[in-house]
This record gives sequence, structure tokens and C-alpha cells, in this order.
Amino acid sequence: MDLDVAILSRIQFAFTVSFHIIFPSITIGLATLIAIWEGLWLKTHNPYYLQLAKFWIKPFAITFGMGVVSGIVLSYEFGTNFSKFSEMTGAILGPLMAYEVLTAFFMEAGFLGVMLFGWQRVGRKLHFFSTLIVMLGTWFSAFWIIAANSWMQTPAGYKIVDGRFEVESWMAIIFNPSMPYRLTHMVVASFITAIFVVAGICAYYLLKKQNLPFAKKGLSMCMWFALVLTPIQAWIGDMHGLNVQEHQPTKLAAMEGIWHEKEANVPLLLFAMPNMETESNDYQVGIPNLGSLILTHSWDGEVQGLKAVPPEDRPNVPLVFWSFRIMVGIGFGMIAIAVLALLLRRKDRLFENKPFLALVSLFTPAGVIAVLAGWYVVEIGRQPWIVYNLIRTSEIVSPLLAERVLFTLIVFVVIYTLLLGVYLYFMRKLIKKGPPSMAALEQQLIGMKAPGYALAWVKLLQESDTQNKQIRNKEGEQ
Amino acid sequence: MDLAFFYFLVLGFAIFMYVLLDGFDLGIGILYPWFNQGDERDHLMRSISHVWDGNETWLVFGGVILFAAFPEAYGDILSIFYLPIMLMLFALIFRGVAFEYRFKSDTSRPYWDLAFSSGSAIAAFCQGLLLGSLVQGVPSDTSSLSSLHWLTPFSILTGFSVMAGYALLAACYLFMKSRGRIQQHAARLGKRLLIITVLAMIAVSLWTVINEVEIRDRWFSDYNFLLLSPLPLLSLVAAFFLWKELSAHQDHSRESRPFWCASALFLLGFAGLVVGLFPYLIPRQLTFMDAASPDSSLLFLLPGVCIFVPLICAYTIWGYRVFAGKVEDYQEGY
Ligand code: HDD
Ligand code: HEM
Ligand code: HEM
Repeated sequence: MDLDVAILSRIQFAFTVSFHIIFPSITIGLATLIAIWEGLWLKTHNPYYLQLAKFWIKPFAITFGMGVVSGIVLSYEFGTNFSKFSEMTGAILGPLMAYEVLTAFFMEAGFLGVMLFGWQRVGRKLHFFSTLIVMLGTWFSAFWIIAANSWMQTPAGYKIVDGRFEVESWMAIIFNPSMPYRLTHMVVASFITAIFVVAGICAYYLLKKQNLPFAKKGLSMCMWFALVLTPIQAWIGDMHGLNVQEHQPTKLAAMEGIWHEKEANVPLLLFAMPNMETESNDYQVGIPNLGSLILTHSWDGEVQGLKAVPPEDRPNVPLVFWSFRIMVGIGFGMIAIAVLALLLRRKDRLFENKPFLALVSLFTPAGVIAVLAGWYVVEIGRQPWIVYNLIRTSEIVSPLLAERVLFTLIVFVVIYTLLLGVYLYFMRKLIKKGPPSMAALEQQLIGMKAPGYALAWVKLLQESDTQNKQIRNKEGEQ
Repeated sequence: MDLAFFYFLVLGFAIFMYVLLDGFDLGIGILYPWFNQGDERDHLMRSISHVWDGNETWLVFGGVILFAAFPEAYGDILSIFYLPIMLMLFALIFRGVAFEYRFKSDTSRPYWDLAFSSGSAIAAFCQGLLLGSLVQGVPSDTSSLSSLHWLTPFSILTGFSVMAGYALLAACYLFMKSRGRIQQHAARLGKRLLIITVLAMIAVSLWTVINEVEIRDRWFSDYNFLLLSPLPLLSLVAAFFLWKELSAHQDHSRESRPFWCASALFLLGFAGLVVGLFPYLIPRQLTFMDAASPDSSLLFLLPGVCIFVPLICAYTIWGYRVFAGKVEDYQEGY
């Protein structure tokens, strides 16, 4: 088989970006949760909040580290593997990403040091401020990178001069038609992902009967958050779908498995095997007309199907179709869990019901899986276009040697697999170790027996104290 | 001032900050084998674990400034140097994750030590390799993508020179951040590395001047050399003071001076490099004027750069001050 640089570069990009997004989707939400806990602790002085913050900051740190190292690769990959793409769109995507670095990455990195290592070096308020800045950094980062990605999905505000994109209106570029939906959907997705990670671990502790007060506090909070956020997420997703229908009808047809050029009375497919050869679905099971209702908000609304465009302009239908169902399935599963939690809470059984706790801990990685599935819908669904309806992905790859790309792809697969294993191993280790004991926390707070800077400071005080005493004694003698 | 030139300066600033900051940070990894396993290496790691992320962000910044302001250069340079860049990124991954995992490991610690030191060394070497092959210039046709043009005796020399330079910065940083045996050891290593770095700078300069006609003309035609002679002369002065400070009797108020001398040495070397290459981003092929983005993009980014770069510098300095003073030998924070 001939190796094709374009395919290899695409696989490599897809693989590295998929690896990357695992970590941001956890850190964005977790940074927010840690900031909330720390803020609550400062306000209420309830030590369990501090315990939560202090425990989760460790998984946060390793997740963040993984996000950083895998992200740096991505920012160079645009140039290494898609050089023509960078040249054509650099004037538009470049400044957006430069703003991301200026307003987000530096801020995260600059205050992360204080957030992680500065407990004994700065006051509580300043520490909380640093945590807030790190949190804001992760949000800003999402803002800019989603703006860039959404512009590639629904380009606006540009003009093409000599085959290159130039700017007509920055506002139109940043707030392009799909950006508000994608941004809110993604940010809420990260919150939900982190919430289910925390809830899953707390449920695990409850099942094992370890760290009970800590785990109860965590699980209870997370279930309240989930109760609010998961329905909102489904609602945003629905609006997002309508937006896709308007701007990328072919993608929507792939998500729903609709083939006919125009279809009214669209069923909602529960199961089907979209078949790209016969241009139809095998083994289709669906609920009549529900599709039309959801997509057009009318009983027999008409939707454009895949056959409206020639085969070479269609994405890989089964992948998009199934990714979409995985995401939505997990979404409704999460809503169900949140509602179940509410019912159990009413009966005061939230922390005892074993099957429920097992279900919650099973859902620990569900958010990450839904995020990946969601991005596959977005990214595979827009193929073969890299900038929708304007540039084809196959046209813009760097003229590299296929062997070299194959080589780096293999190295990436090996390194990332290894790293994921290491990451999970250390996460397990941190979870096994459990939260810091209350006693340890209190000691740190008072500054006695605390490690670090505080200790040196206390020693200094003691020294000057004894000196003072000696002086006073001498004075007394005289 | 011309917008494109302004961004050329911003790019230069980003690269210099990167070289300086990640320089000492990678250098710590290069010096690793010269320090004892266990305590001393813990100490080295602690001295930078709160800053490495910020330091590496300058690399990302350099990349995106190139992408935003000079897209053509970004696409060309990165794809032409595909393999060395990828190799550098792999190395950076290994050393980056080592920070988090090393302190949390029990049995696997030697592996993280290895990942950290070899990752740092390889990343530094690749950066030197890139520098050297960029100075030599790249073939102008696409066949360049299939050759190994970036692997020449000269680029290997620059690769090792950059490693030595980074290690020198790291030694000076350690001199400032540690006490006792580590500090003395850093001073000893620093002096040796200073000799190596100065020799390497001389060798690289002579080699370039002999081989690269344009750069020779730039330096030696007309009165240029008189105008430019402060660069090499001041470098020698900086090296001399660096030597003196490293040999000086240890005195608390002077411990940061070697680091500043080394920074000056780097700045002068960097300036010399820019003088030789200006106005090219890719020698003999692409000037920064030709590669520049349209004004609409450059103008949009302008307020961002003017507001945020000073702000970033300010809170970076604040961050260093929070952790000022010697590294203490116990786990802080979390
Ligand atoms: C919606 C969120 C999101 C998405 C879609 C992406 N990233 Fe990301 N990225 C983040 C959210 C994020 C973050 C939350 O800001 C990270 C994760 C952990 C971290 O350290 O910062 C980050 C880190 C991170 C870093 C390291 C920053 C540093 O040095 O501190 C780089 C260079 C990138 N990313 C680049 C990219 C590129 C080129 C992407 C697209 C192709 C991308 N990211 C997708
Ligand atoms: C972070 C979550 C993301 C995931 C999981 C993801 C996933 C993918 C996948 C699977 C592909 C390959 C599609 C194919 O070739 O069939 C792809 C392509 C691509 N994506 Fe994303 N993507 C993400 C975010 C982004 C963002 C934020 C950007 C830009 C700012 C981006 C830019 C691109 C580009 C340039 C390609 C071109 C290469 C190609 O089409 O294969 N992606 N992505
Ligand atoms: C429950 C009902 C949900 C619906 C109806 C829904 C709908 C959608 C739609 C239509 C898209 C595709 C947008 C496009 O192709 O441009 C999408 C993308 C995405 N979904 Fe969902 N979604 C739901 C739940 C979830 C959940 C629970 C998560 C994660 C926790 C999630 C994460 C994502 C992500 C990360 C993307 C890609 C990025 C983005 O568009 O923001 N979704 N979703």
C-alpha cells in the first residue's frame, strides 16, 4: 500500500489533538471547582472545603502538566504538517492563537506556580486570587481556540486575496455563527466532565467506606451542580444542532443518518448502520417524525439529506452517526444520574445506595468520552473541508516524506500510550492515598510544624523571642 | 515605525526570553548527571518546578507570533525542519511530565531522572541544530523536505554549543538559588562551562564568517566592523566579569551577578546573530517584510502585544519574587 502523507498527517493530528483534549476538558472544570472550594473555605472556614481543594489540586497538577506538554505539540503541528494551511489562514488564525497565548497561557503558567507551590509563601487571599486567575486562564484559552476552530467550521468576516485569507471584520471572525454555541457547549462540557470525575471518586470512597465526611461533601455538591448543568447542556446541544443544520447541513445529515436529498417526516434513529456504499441505512430502528420535531421543531419539517451533495463531499457517515449517539447517550445518562441523586437525597439514601454509587463511579470517565465523541462529530462531520466549503483538507498538507510522518506518528502513539498509562497509574496512586488529614491541614494553617517557608519564619520569630527574653532578663538583673 | 519591523522585534524578544528562561531550565537537566542522585537532584528539580511552565510558554509565544505575523515563514520553517522539531517536541514532552511524576514516584524515580535529563539535553541540542542549519540557509526547492540538510558538522557544532550555553546559564542560576556544596559545585561547573561556551562562540563565529559570504560582507565590508566591534568586545568583557564573579568569595548580595553576566553574554551573542541574518527569516530566501501578514492582522494584534507583553513581564517578575531566595530542602506547597 502506498503511504499517503495527507492521510498520515491527518491521523497524526487527530491522534495528538484527541490526546490533548482529554486533559483540558478535566482542567477547565477542575480549576473552577477548586476555585469554588477555596472561595467557600475562605468564606465559611469549613475545613472540608479546604480538604477538597487541597486534595484535588494534586490530580489537577498532573492533569495540567499533561495538557501543557501535549498542547505545545499542537501549536507547532499546524506548521509542520499543514504548512499551506498555515500560510493561507495564518492572517486569521494566527492572531487568534496569539491572543490565546497572551491572555491565557501566560496567565495560567504565571499563576500556577503560586497556586501549586505558594501556600506558605503568600497570604490566603492572594493564593485564592492566583487560583482564580488560573481558572480564568483556562476559560480564556477555551474562548480563543474555540473561536479559531469555529471560524474554520463556519467562516465569516474574511476576504480572499491572492488565494490567502484576509480580514474584513474581526468581530465577525471571532463571533462567527457557530462560535457562541460551540463555546458554551464546550465550557459546560468541561464543567460536567470534572464534576463527574470528582463525583465518581467520591462515590468510590463511599463504597469503600473511606474518608466519609470528605466524600459526602464532594458527592453532594457535585450532584447539585450536575442537576443544574446537565439539562442545560442538553438544551445548548439542541440549539447547537439547529445551528449545524443551518450552516453545515451535510454534517447534520450524517449525524442523523438521513440520505434522501430532501426528507420530511424524519424519524429519530435509535439504531442504524449507515452504509456509504448503498447510500442508505441497514438495520434501521427509529421513532417516526421525532427527528423532524427535534431538528425543525415542527412535526413534518423538511431536512436536507446526504445525497444533496456528491459523494466526495460527504464525511464518513458511520463515524459521525455513532459518535453523536455516544455523546447524546452519555448526556442523557448523566441527566438520569442527577435526577436519581435528587430522589435519593429526598429519601436520605444518597450516600448509602450501593448500586447508585457504583453507577456514579462507573461514570468517572464518561465526560471525557462524551467530549471526545462530540469533537469527532464536529471534526469528522466537516470533512472533506478544513475551512468549510472553501479549502479541502487534502489540498493543504505539507509536502513531507511519508516515511517521516509515519515515523513520528508511530512515536506519538508509543509515547502517548505510555504517558496515558503513567497518568492513570499516578491518578490511582493519589486516589488510594486519599485526602490530607485534617490534623495535617490544621498544622499547615497555623504555621507550626508546617513544612516550608512558614517553618523558617516561625523559627526566626522564636529566635528573636528568646533574644528578647535574654535582653529582658539581663535588664532584670541590672 | 513599520509594523512588520515591530513584529520582527517582538519575535526577537520572544526568542530571546525563551532562550534565557528555558535556557537555564533546560540547562538544569543537562547538569543533572553531575549532581548526586537523591537529595541534590531533588534540589535541582525544586529550583525550577514552579517556573518551567511559564518558561516554556515563551516557546509557544514565539511560535504563534511567527504564525500570526509571518505565516509564510511559519509554514516553511516548520515543515522544512520537520524531524528536528518533532524530536525537540518529543524531548520536551518527556522532561515536562517528569516534573509532576518524579516527586510522586517511589520505585520509578531513576526513570524520571533519565527522562528529565535526556529530554532536556536533546531538546537543547535540537534547538542548536535548528539554529545552525538556519544560519547555513536551506535549499530553496521542495527537495529540501526529503534531504537531511539540517544535519551537518556545523549544525552539530551549534547543537553542542547551545547545550553548553544553557548549562552555563543553569550553573549561574544554581549559584544564585543554592547554598553549600551545590553552590560551590555550580561555581566550578560554571567556570568550566564558561570556557567551553566562549570557545564555542568563537568557533561558530569564525566558521560562519569563513563560510557564509553574506554574513562576512555584513561584518567586514566598509566600516561595519568598527561599528559592530562592540558586540564581540563586550562579550569578552561579560565573560571576564562572569569568571570573576564565579571565583569571588561568596557574598550574599552578589550571588545573582553571575546570572546577569551570563544573560548579557547571551544577549550579545543573540544580537550578533541577528546582525548577520537581518532582514531574513530564512537566509537568502524570505525576508520578514515579504513574509508579513496583511496590516489588518498586524494591527489587530498590536494592542494585545502592547498591553499584555508588559503585563506578562510584570507578573512573571512577581512570580520569581514570591519564590525568591534559596531553594529549601523540603517539599513546599500543594
Ligand atoms: C476548550 C479547550 C481547549 C481546546 C479545544 C484546545 N486547548 Fe490547548 N489547552 C487548553 C484548552 C484547550 C487549556 C485548558 O488552556 C490547557 C490545558 C491544560 C493546560 O495546561 O492549559 C491547554 C494547553 C495548551 C498549550 C500549552 C500552554 C502552556 O504552555 O501553558 C498549548 C500550546 C495548546 N493548548 C494549544 C492548543 C491547540 C493548538 C489546540 C487546537 C488544535 C488546542 N490547544 C485545543
Ligand atoms: C480539542 C478537541 C478536538 C478534537 C478531539 C479534534 C479532533 C479532530 C479530528 C478527529 C480530526 C481529523 C478529521 C479527519 O481528518 O477526518 C481533526 C482535524 C483537524 N482539526 Fe480538530 N479536533 C479538536 C479541536 C480542534 C481545534 C480547537 C482546532 C483549531 C483551532 C482544530 C483544527 C483541526 C485541523 C486544522 C484539522 C485538520 C486536519 C484534518 O482535517 O485531519 N481541531 N480534528
Ligand atoms: C444531551 C444532549 C446533547 C446534545 C443534544 C448535544 C449536541 C451536540 C451537537 C449537535 C454537537 C455538534 C456540533 C457541531 O457539529 O458543530 C455537539 C458537539 C459537542 N458536544 Fe454535545 N450534546 C449533548 C451532550 C453533550 C455532553 C453531555 C457532553 C460532554 C460532557 C458534550 C460534549 C460535546 C463536545 C465537547 C462537542 C464538540 C465541541 C462543541 O461543539 O462545543 N455534549 N453536541
